[in-house]
Amino acid sequence: MIKNKEERTFQAIGNVFMMIFALLAIIPIILIIISSLTDNDTLIKYGYTFFPQKWSTYAYTYVFQSGNNVLHCYFNSFFVTAVGTVISLTITTMLAYALSRKGLPGRNVMTFLVFFTMLFNGGLVPTYINYTSVFNIKNTYWALLIPRLLMNAFNVLLMKSYFVTSVPDEILEAASIDGASEFKTFYKVALPLAQPIVATIALFNGIAYWNDWMNGYVYLTDATDLYTIQNLLNRMIQNIQYLSNSASLSNASVGLASIPSVSVRMALAVLGILPIIVIYPLIQNNFVKGITLGGVKG
Amino acid sequence: MGDWKEDFFPIPHFHIRPYDLREIFMPTENIATRQGKKKSFQKFKKYLPIYLMAFPGFLYLFINNYMPLPGLVVAFKTYSARLGIWGSPWAGLANFKYLFASDAWLITRNTILYNVAFIIVNTILSIFVAIILSELTSPLKKFYQSSILLPFLVSSVIVSYLVFAFLSSDNGFINNTILKHFGMKGISWYSTTKYWPFILIFVNAWKSVGYSSIIYLATILGFDRSYYEAATIDGASKMQQITWITLPMLKSTVIMLTLMAVGRIFYSDFGLFYQVPQNSGALLPVTNTIDTYVYRGLLELGNISMSAAAGFYQSIVGFVLVLGANLAVRKIDKDSALF
Repeated sequence: MIKNKEERTFQAIGNVFMMIFALLAIIPIILIIISSLTDNDTLIKYGYTFFPQKWSTYAYTYVFQSGNNVLHCYFNSFFVTAVGTVISLTITTMLAYALSRKGLPGRNVMTFLVFFTMLFNGGLVPTYINYTSVFNIKNTYWALLIPRLLMNAFNVLLMKSYFVTSVPDEILEAASIDGASEFKTFYKVALPLAQPIVATIALFNGIAYWNDWMNGYVYLTDATDLYTIQNLLNRMIQNIQYLSNSASLSNASVGLASIPSVSVRMALAVLGILPIIVIYPLIQNNFVKGITLGGVKG
Repeated sequence: MGDWKEDFFPIPHFHIRPYDLREIFMPTENIATRQGKKKSFQKFKKYLPIYLMAFPGFLYLFINNYMPLPGLVVAFKTYSARLGIWGSPWAGLANFKYLFASDAWLITRNTILYNVAFIIVNTILSIFVAIILSELTSPLKKFYQSSILLPFLVSSVIVSYLVFAFLSSDNGFINNTILKHFGMKGISWYSTTKYWPFILIFVNAWKSVGYSSIIYLATILGFDRSYYEAATIDGASKMQQITWITLPMLKSTVIMLTLMAVGRIFYSDFGLFYQVPQNSGALLPVTNTIDTYVYRGLLELGNISMSAAAGFYQSIVGFVLVLGANLAVRKIDKDSALF
C-alpha cells in the first residue's frame, strides 16, 4: 500500500515538473507564432501577448504579396540546404566508408588526419583570409555552401564506426569474390546496411545548413540577393539596432528596404522555424538515435 | 517499460571509438612486407577506387582545415590585406602584449565562467529530467521529450527573436505584461549588464538540456534492470533506488561528459553570445567571449592582427585543454577516451 502511494506521488510530481519544462521549452515559440498573427497596432500598443485583442493575418499576406525579397531568401534557404546536404552526405559517406576498410594501406594516417581537425583548428581569422584571398568566395553562392559546413570530422568518424560495426567484412569480401567492383560494393552492399546512420547524418547536415547564418553574415557583404532567410532575419535585427543607436533618422543606406512592422518580423521568424517544426515529428526518432550514437563522445 | 525502451532507442548505446592510437603503433597487418614493391603496388591498384572515394573528403579537409593553419602566423604580424600574410611585416609578440594588457583577462574570464556555469546547470537539469523520464509511465512522456528537444533545433538568430519578444523594452512580454501586472516599471534589458549572466545561462539551458538529457536517459535505460528488481523486493522506495542505484551508476557518464566539456572550455557558442544580446555594446563586459572578440576584431573593427592573436591564444590553449581532458578520461576509463 505504502509502495503504491509513493509511486503515485512520484508520478504526480514527475508529471508536474516535466509539464513545466515542456511548456517552458515551447512557450517562446508559441509567443512568436501568436505575435505574427496579431494586429500590428495591437502589438505596438500592448506588446507581445498570448491573448491578443485583435488577430490579423496581415503579416503573412504582406510577406507573400509584396515580399519578393522574402520569398527569394526563402528559396535560397531551401536551395542551399538541399544542395549542401546532398554534397555533404556524399563526401562524408564515401570518406567514412574508405576509413572503415580494414586492409586499406595508410588507413591509420588517414584517420588521424581526419581526427586531428577535431583537436586543433586555426579559427576564424586564418579561415577567413584563406577563403577570401585564396578562393575569393566572398559574395558568391559558394560562401553559403562551403565554409565549415560541408563536412565535419565528427560525422565522418561516427559513420566510420557504424560501418565497422554493422557491415561485416565477410559480406564485402563475398561481393568482391562475386566480381562486384569496389564502387558497386559500396553502393549496393555497404550503403543499404548503413541506412540508419546515413539518414541521421543527412538530418544533422540538413539542420546545420538550414540554421546557418554565420557564413552569410561573414562572407556575403554585398550580395544581399544571395541571403537565406536566416541572413534576412539577422539583417533586420541589425538595422533596428542601427536605427535605435544612431540619432539621425536620415539613413538611406539601411539596406534591405525599410524595417518591416513588428508583426511582419515575427511572421518571418515563424517562417524561419516552420520547416523544422513541420518535419520535426518525422525526424525526431532518427535525431534521438543520432544523439545517442554520438552520445558520450558529443 | 521494456517495450517502451525498444521503441525509443532501437540502436543500443555503444561506445564509439573514433580513433584508437593502438591501431597506429601496433598495426595488425604489416603493409610493406619483404616481398617487395610489386605486391604493394598491386595492393595499391586494388584499393585505388577506395582512395578515390576518400579523395573529395580529404580535398575538403585540406581546403577548410589544413590550408588555413599557416595563417596562424598572422598573430605575429602587422597584417595588411594588401601585402598578404607573408608580405606583412613581422610584429614579434607585440599583438600579444597588447592583447594581454587590454581585453584578454575579460574575455577569458567570461568564456570560462560561462562554460563552468553551463556545465553545472546543464548537468544537474539534464540528469533530473532524464531520471524523471526514465521512471515516468505517463502517456505524455513522448510530448515532454519532443518539447524539450525542440529548442535545440532553433537557429541562434531565431533564438534572439524569441528572447527579444520577452525582453524588448517597448513591447516585450516581461515589461508589458508581467512587470506591468505587478505595477513595476519596465526594465531596459538590453542595456543593463547585471541580468545577463542569468539570461544567458537560462537561454543556454533552454537550448541544450533536451539534448544532453537524451544522452543521460539512454545511459539510464541501459542499466541492468535486475538491480532495481532486487531493490524493490528488498522494499527500497523509489527515491532510495534513485539515490543508491541510478545516481551512482551515472557517475562515470557524468565524469566523462564533464571532462569532455572542460576540454572545450575555451570555446563558446558564438551565436549565443553574439546574437542573443543583439550585439549590444552596453552589455559587452558580460557578453564578450573569446569567439565574439575574434569576430568583432576581424569584421567590425578591422583589427585583424589583434583578432588573430586572440584566435591563436584560443587555438593553442584549447588544444592543450582537449589533450589534458582526454588524458584525464583515459586515466579513468580507457574505452571512453577519444584517443
